[in-house]
Amino acid sequence: MSESRVPNLQRERIIEYLKSQKRFDGRGLKDYRDLKVEMGISKNAESSCSVKLGKTEVYAGVKLGFAEPYPDSQDEGTFMVSAELSPMASEGFDMGPPKIDAIELGRVIDRGIRESGLVDMKKLCIKEGEKVWQVFVDVVAINDDGNLLDVAALACIIALGNAKLPIYNEKENKIEHELSKDSLPLNKDALAFSMTFHKIGSEFVVDPTTEEELVSDYRLTIAIADNDGKPRITAMQKGKEGAISQEDMEKILKLAEDKWTEMFPKISKLVWGK
Amino acid sequence: MTAKKSEKSLYEKRASGRKVDEIRKMNAKVGIVPSADGSAMFETGNTRAIAVVRGPRELHPQHMRNSETGILRVNYGMMPFSVWDRIRPGPSRRSQEISKVAEWALASCIDLKQFPNAVVDVFIQIPQADAGTRVAGINAAAMALADAGIPMKEMVSAIACGKIDKTLVVDVDKDEEDFKDGEGSTDIPMVWTSRTKKIALLQLDGKISPDELKSVLEIGKNACEKIYAVQVESLKKSLEEKNE
Repeated sequence: MSESRVPNLQRERIIEYLKSQKRFDGRGLKDYRDLKVEMGISKNAESSCSVKLGKTEVYAGVKLGFAEPYPDSQDEGTFMVSAELSPMASEGFDMGPPKIDAIELGRVIDRGIRESGLVDMKKLCIKEGEKVWQVFVDVVAINDDGNLLDVAALACIIALGNAKLPIYNEKENKIEHELSKDSLPLNKDALAFSMTFHKIGSEFVVDPTTEEELVSDYRLTIAIADNDGKPRITAMQKGKEGAISQEDMEKILKLAEDKWTEMFPKISKLVWGK
Repeated sequence: MTAKKSEKSLYEKRASGRKVDEIRKMNAKVGIVPSADGSAMFETGNTRAIAVVRGPRELHPQHMRNSETGILRVNYGMMPFSVWDRIRPGPSRRSQEISKVAEWALASCIDLKQFPNAVVDVFIQIPQADAGTRVAGINAAAMALADAGIPMKEMVSAIACGKIDKTLVVDVDKDEEDFKDGEGSTDIPMVWTSRTKKIALLQLDGKISPDELKSVLEIGKNACEKIYAVQVESLKKSLEEKNE
C-alpha cells in the first residue's frame, strides 16, 4: 500500500470515531462486511470463484499441470500461489511487475496454505522422482476497498476446496481438457482461516476498509485451523512500522479466538460445501 | 446475409448449431468495479471480458505528457486461469500487441482535448476465454469509457469474424478457431464505429480473397450493430439505476 493518501484531518476523525466504537460505514469494530461468493467464474479452471467482502472483490482460480518434483521432495507435488494486484482494482496500484504488496500477499497466503498441510502433496505424486502434479492458485484483485489479504486468502481456500483433478491420459502422457470426478487431495482437518487485525489509535478493527488500512499503526494477520474445536495458529505476519505491546498481543489473540469461533463454521461450509 | 459459396465448404453447419451470422448469447453490465471511474462487463458465449477506466488523471512518466491533449492508455491481459493451459501472469508479446491495437481502436472514438497532459487508463481483463477476447474486451472498454463520462464522438463495437474453410461466420468460438480442414480457419477481428461506420480495428490471420473480405466486413458491420444495441441498452439501464 502506498504511503498515507488520507489527509491528517480524516485520520483524526477515523481515530476519534473508533474510540467511540463507531466506523464510517456503520459497522462495529469487530464486524465483517457482507460476504458473497460466486463459483465458476472461469469454465476453463479446475475451480474458480469470486469472493466479495463488502466492496472488495477478488477472483481466484486453480490450475494443474505437470512438473518435475523438487530434489528434496521426490514424492510430492508442488504448490504455488501468485497474486496480481492490477491497477484495475485500485488507484493505488501501478502497472508493471508485481510490487512488494502483491509479492507479500501472495507469499503470506502461499505459506499459510502450504504450512497448514491443507494440500496433500504426497497424493499429488504421479511417478516418484519424475512426474508430479503442480498446483497453481492465481489471485486477481478486481476491486480494492480494504482487507485484500483476507479476501484473497479466503478465495484461495474456497477455490481449492472445490477443485477437481483434470483427467490424466497415461497412455499419451497428457492432461485432457476435461475434469475428472476426483477432488484435489486435501486434508480437511488442516483448513486454516486468515484474519487480519489492524491497530488504529487505541482500538483494534477487523476487516478494515482502505481508509482504515491507510491510517493504522500496524496489522497482524493470523491464520487459524481447527484442533478438535480449539483454535490452532498456523501462520502469522505482522505488517507496517508500529510495534505490538505485550498487552496488545494478548488482546489480539483473544479477539482472534473469538472471531475464529464465530467465522470458522461459515468458512468451512463455503470450502467444503457443507 | 448468407455466406458466399462458390464451391462446397467443408464447414457448412457450425458445430455450435449457430447460424453463420448468429452471435453467441450476449450479456453486458455497466458499473461492476465500484472504485473505478467507469467499468463494464461484456460476455458472448463463454468469453467474458471486464474493463475498468481510471482517469483522466495525472500522467507518469512526465515525458509521455502531451500539452495539446490527454492520451489514452490501454492494458489488456488474460487471467492465468481463463484458458485450459494456464497463462503465466504478466504481460506477453501477444497481450502487449492487443493492448496497442485496442488503444488505437478506442482512441478513434474519444476526444481528450480538454484534458491536456492527462491520461485515461483502460484496463481490460479476461476471466474466461472461448476465443474473441480482444473484441469482447473492446466492447466492455467502450462501455466503461461511456460510464466514466469520457467525451465520446461515437461508440465502437467489435466482433471477430472468421472464414472456416470457405464459410464466412461471425463471432468465432475456440472450436472454429482451431478448425484445420480445407482452407482452415481465418480469424478477422474488427471494430466498427457506431455513427460514421468506419473501421477502427482490423486484423486478419489466414487466407481470404478480396471479394470474401468485402463480404466478411459487411457481415461484421451488421453484427456490430446488434452489439451496439446491447451496449446502449446496458448503459441506459445503469443510468436509470444511478438516477433512482
